[in-house]
Amino acid sequence: MNSQSIPKPIGEDDLHAQADNRLAGPRRAEVDDWLASHAQEAGQVAAWRAQNALLHRAFDNILESPLPARLVDASRPRRSANHWSWRMAAVVAWLALGGVAGYWLRGDSGLAPDSRSLASLPRQAAIAHAVYTPEVRHPVEVGAEQEAHLSAWLSKRLGAPLKPPHLETAGYALVGGRLLPGEGGGAVAQFMYQSANGQRLTLYVRNDASGSRETAFRTAQEGGIRVFYWLDGRFGYALSGETAAFTSAELLRVATLVYRQINP
Amino acid sequence: MHSRDAIVAEIPRLRRYAHALLGEANRADDLVQDTLERALSRWRLWQPLGGQGTPRAWLFAIMHNLFINQLKAGKAIDYRPDDEVPDLPTRPTQEDALGLRDLTRALATLPGDQREILLLIGLEELSYQEAAKVLGVPLGTVMSRLSRARARLRGVLDEEAGGGILKVIK
Repeated sequence: MNSQSIPKPIGEDDLHAQADNRLAGPRRAEVDDWLASHAQEAGQVAAWRAQNALLHRAFDNILESPLPARLVDASRPRRSANHWSWRMAAVVAWLALGGVAGYWLRGDSGLAPDSRSLASLPRQAAIAHAVYTPEVRHPVEVGAEQEAHLSAWLSKRLGAPLKPPHLETAGYALVGGRLLPGEGGGAVAQFMYQSANGQRLTLYVRNDASGSRETAFRTAQEGGIRVFYWLDGRFGYALSGETAAFTSAELLRVATLVYRQINP
Repeated sequence: MHSRDAIVAEIPRLRRYAHALLGEANRADDLVQDTLERALSRWRLWQPLGGQGTPRAWLFAIMHNLFINQLKAGKAIDYRPDDEVPDLPTRPTQEDALGLRDLTRALATLPGDQREILLLIGLEELSYQEAAKVLGVPLGTVMSRLSRARARLRGVLDEEAGGGILKVIK
């Protein structure tokens, strides 16, 4: 760059930068000199400056006005203790009823939990994915900031140790999790993950209570949702993402990461 | 928690921007609320990326995405200037009040993407690079869009100053 000998021509970008006070000293002086002999462009810069000033006059008072309570609340952790425990009580009550009903049904029919077919896993997972991922305000019951609590709670409800896998290395942060009713009154966990550009994945975990079985990854598509699912030990896992956003390869990559964390 | 305080500190600026962007206080605060909730669910993602500095650009980017979704859903197209409500205590003179009403009306005529760039640069004083990051577009697009937005705002304001006689804006 030989900017000392031949000055860079002044372009429109320079004029915007001048109006926005974005030019460094020497260049600013150059542009000022140039504007002194170009009245029309100087008028333009002045008009843009006036626009900026007008915007500030119109809207700066909002900076000083008191914050509405709802915004202060929104910047706190997702759930207040009261709200949270109320919801949890409702879920526990619901599940207790479901559990009792499930127990009686099982007694009557003699159906073993094993008879729940593996085929229902992707469908249940896809439905849960479709219901909860569009939620902006309440995508999860317990947020990632209470991860230890989330883990303890879901382990207790599903009757076996369960921790949300960490998928940051694949580009997905844990949003949190929720408890869902499964078939026959069992409890199911759903963990939700989100990428930096807002794409959401869910991991649906069902306690199949049948000792250690293991299956290969299987895939299914339910509506617009792609699901990878497998059985491992006493849990059935299903990882779901929208077909439009996730290729099989991408979902498989994440599913592999999940599998490795469960089986270190 | 450090990052949450940093987010709270940005609320006034998010409100100013949203208000100017949508023209109406309630809907602006709805957008701010959605932005905050989304940000909180994702602040782990911000922390490792930009542990230093403020989360300002990141928050504006989240708000931009929500705004774009609203535009797509057809919700935010009807910019509503709430100039019927005399809630701007900083309007010192009658003349000024008229100027501000003209401004909100003029903003309402800008397409959403031009309104965004005009406000990010002229009101929020983001650098051109920051604005490009927030909007997810190249720097060249920022400059050309800014140029169009300023020309259009100028045209509309001139027209209003000229007694509302319809003129062709090039």
